[in-house]
Amino acid sequence: MECVFGLVGNGFALVVADTSAVHSILVHKSNEDKIMILDSHKLLGASGESGDRVQFTEYIQKNVALYQFRNGIPLTTAAAANFTRGELATALRKSPYFVNILLAGYDKETGPSLYYMDYIATLHKIEKGAFGYGSYFSLSMMDRHYHSGMSVEEAIDLVDKCIVEIRSRLVVAPPNFVIKIVDKDGAREYAWRESIKDAAALPPTTA
Amino acid sequence: MSIFEYNGSALIAMVGKNCFAIASDRRLGVQLQTIATDFQRIYKIHDKLYIGLSGLATDAQTLYQRLVFRHKLYQLREERDMKPETFASLVSAILYEKRFGPYFCQPVIAGLGDDDKPFICTMDSIGAKELAKDFVVAGTASESLYGACESMYKPDMEPEELFETISQALLSSVDRDCLSGWGGHVFVVTPTEVIERTLKGRMD
Repeated sequence: MECVFGLVGNGFALVVADTSAVHSILVHKSNEDKIMILDSHKLLGASGESGDRVQFTEYIQKNVALYQFRNGIPLTTAAAANFTRGELATALRKSPYFVNILLAGYDKETGPSLYYMDYIATLHKIEKGAFGYGSYFSLSMMDRHYHSGMSVEEAIDLVDKCIVEIRSRLVVAPPNFVIKIVDKDGAREYAWRESIKDAAALPPTTA
Repeated sequence: MSIFEYNGSALIAMVGKNCFAIASDRRLGVQLQTIATDFQRIYKIHDKLYIGLSGLATDAQTLYQRLVFRHKLYQLREERDMKPETFASLVSAILYEKRFGPYFCQPVIAGLGDDDKPFICTMDSIGAKELAKDFVVAGTASESLYGACESMYKPDMEPEELFETISQALLSSVDRDCLSGWGGHVFVVTPTEVIERTLKGRMD
């Protein structure tokens, strides 16, 4: 089951997602990146129906880029979040996207922020949030250990605690996670937490 | 579980002496899981008109955006704010437009009308208005809220006493409902000022 969680720290925001692409009982790949880098200072962590996830997040990414081309300035995180909510809400009563989203961003004026958006387009600004079965474990760990203004080291420590909890207590725990961070220097991949590495491709056999 | 109980909510509006109070809980949940404890359910339309939206949070947000849009358009055309009675009719019409695919919200509208006379009303999700002279309630805790308000309410309360009454009614009712609570948000509106207060109740 897909796990996405995130939190806001001192001048940064983190989003963590599992990296399994699953269809029924089969794991297609264990290095699927579910956190899209929306623009220079925004991250979009998405979980849900895999087709919708990819299509919808790419649609949002391209529209955010279009806004920047047309208007010369990038969207703020709040504006991007509200735009995304609008798209989800419009589609809700036609053909809904089954995608839950954590949108993290850094704005020069307002600092880091994290937005929770579930698939029925409920939008709320939060300090810590999570989706999926993993949320039962990561939210509890964050409720216990999170405080506002955490440093990157403290936040990564908390993320690792959450990952350990998910791995040990969730029956179909995903093996690998990716952590991405956004701060004043931009949005980037921070680290992977892998417990199963995909085997390297075998060299071609010669006849 | 009903779609109205997906997120959880509690709302009250009460009439006092030349003033009104409107209060809500602060929990945003997804069924049994609590997502946030600072969710805003009461929105200001203009200085003397507030609307609280209970029910499904996504529809409450969409409906609020549509209502603000309509009110701003009204302000541009009429060059004045909407009266509460007019606004209530607008909300009712917008809800009935979606009669066969409704917004899963129950609004609670409270405002000061002509001569600063307090006005409150609620409606169901398809716009059936229910005017009241004393109090209106909505949300997952509505049955408890009716009981608490009925016993605690008395007419012509001054703003301070009204605040106490509405707060106690709200907190005691949400304590009996697992889907609402985590504190309260109260607005007390008189012709001259608006006092916004946050309540701390049982944080569970």
